[in-house]
Amino acid sequence: MADVKKIATRESYGNALVELSKEYDNLVVLDADLAGATKTSIFQKAFPQRHIDCGIAEANMMGVAAGLAAAGKVPFASSFAMFAAGRAFEQIRNSVGYPHLNVKIGATHAGISVGEDGATHQCNEDIALMRTIPGMVILNPADDVEARAAVEAAFHYNGPVYLRFGRLAVPVINDRPDYKFEMGKGIVLKEGTDVTIIATGLCVNNALEAAAMLEADGISAQVINIHTIKPLDEDLVISAAKKTGKIVTAEEHSVIGGLGSAVAEVLSEKCPTKMMRIGINDCYGESGPALKLIEKYGLDAKSIYEKVKAFAK
Amino acid sequence: MDKLKLQRMANEVRKGILTGVHAAKAGHPGGSLSAAELFTYLYFEEMNIDPADPKNPQRDRFVLSKGHTAPGLYAALANRGFFPVEDLKTLRHIGSYLQGHPDMKHIPGVDMSSGSLGQGVSAAVGMAIAGQLDGASYRVYSLLGDGEIQEGQVWEAAMLAGHRKLSNLVLIVDNNGLQIDGKIEDVCSPYPIDEKFRAFRFHVINVADGNDFDQLKAAFDEARTVQDKPVAIVMKTVKGKGVSFMENNAGWHGKAPNDEEFAIAMAELNKEGV
Repeated sequence: MADVKKIATRESYGNALVELSKEYDNLVVLDADLAGATKTSIFQKAFPQRHIDCGIAEANMMGVAAGLAAAGKVPFASSFAMFAAGRAFEQIRNSVGYPHLNVKIGATHAGISVGEDGATHQCNEDIALMRTIPGMVILNPADDVEARAAVEAAFHYNGPVYLRFGRLAVPVINDRPDYKFEMGKGIVLKEGTDVTIIATGLCVNNALEAAAMLEADGISAQVINIHTIKPLDEDLVISAAKKTGKIVTAEEHSVIGGLGSAVAEVLSEKCPTKMMRIGINDCYGESGPALKLIEKYGLDAKSIYEKVKAFAK
Repeated sequence: MDKLKLQRMANEVRKGILTGVHAAKAGHPGGSLSAAELFTYLYFEEMNIDPADPKNPQRDRFVLSKGHTAPGLYAALANRGFFPVEDLKTLRHIGSYLQGHPDMKHIPGVDMSSGSLGQGVSAAVGMAIAGQLDGASYRVYSLLGDGEIQEGQVWEAAMLAGHRKLSNLVLIVDNNGLQIDGKIEDVCSPYPIDEKFRAFRFHVINVADGNDFDQLKAAFDEARTVQDKPVAIVMKTVKGKGVSFMENNAGWHGKAPNDEEFAIAMAELNKEGV
């Protein structure tokens, strides 16, 4: 696996914006002094007139995006997940969500893979916050291919979309001719019969590696990639529960309110199933190299393997 | 429209405000009444709008950043022909499109949903930037409360507007001097308001009496001459203006008149309108 191509999904975000903007002149990008980090600087260089740096003022940026959308633009408002979903939550709720405006929120640096900056910048709560907003679509791509497809799908969808990207370069796993991104549709990456791991974001690759390790132990694990957390592909979740009888969720997000909660909500009502949630266990992160943090907080392939093995017995 | 007609229309707007708030048994009459002339001037004189084509991309826009004074906006829109004046009686009723705060999805003529203070002005800045990017000729207006400008977001928006030299943007501050907890200078003084906007690189126009149409006309005419800067019109007004027992009384910020009070208020306005 050593020579697998790795790209951070924030990089994919910047590149996808440039590609789309060549064709669509109503696309505009907003930043709050983080264009270099959110990788929208790539867009800024290509289309300086359509890049609006709002300064360090995320609350205002969301409102400005709402106004731009109300006037016919398709704004991508970019910041770190902490400041987009966190600081500007109420602006997103009232100025974007309530009027269902065509604003795309490009949130980079989500989760603990932010690394050295530590807990203040590691947002493990954004999916939970965004899920509570009626009409909000939440996309959490797993790799470069999916991230670029997600940006394009978000652009063509009329309504608010929260896009979640990472800082850490992650393996490209979807580079295949038959890859198709369909908003609201999960993807079965590996069939299995004993347990299903439903993963999102960078945990998808780790879940695939864990499933390979489980296979060696004689445990047949199915792996589903959920890139659209809202609206959730309920049919796929329920069919996996019926098929394998056991469900594990894996996400770089709090176990409260994220993918694990969304899956549990569906299953508890429609198909009660034995479940385990893998994620950040209601705690803050800390400083350290991203890969070390992913291990320490139990989101790497080996941790997932061990937890699923114990669970699937 | 001549001044007398405008004054009569403002009086109709005031009646609409009281009718709506009384029927709703809730709402914000004080800050709606203080801005009755402003709503009237914008919708009957200043703005390029068409009730028959409320979504025209080239129209002027208005964002009621102090969204709780929706009764004033609705009364102006109704009298201008965006929807029936009769409907004002359904304000805040369950099932009515006339929500307690402006709702752009359901109310003809409302350009932005607002109500959470400090947010509307950001949307207005976004609209003005869109106009600037497109080289469009439309103008964007937004009304803020003098208490509302305690919100930090207002100054984030003002900084960006000044920075981008949004000369198609006009902010109006309704300086009626009162907020829910009392006088603005006692609660957390935002004064001096004009110097603050000047520091944020606005062209500032002080209006001594924002309930006077001549002074409003002079201010908005001056605003049109400004190049390379957004404009802030800081207008002194009287909260509760036009209803004797509501004037300058913070208690009428967010309270509906009972039947008796409503009758007295309407009698005063009917007399005024003759």
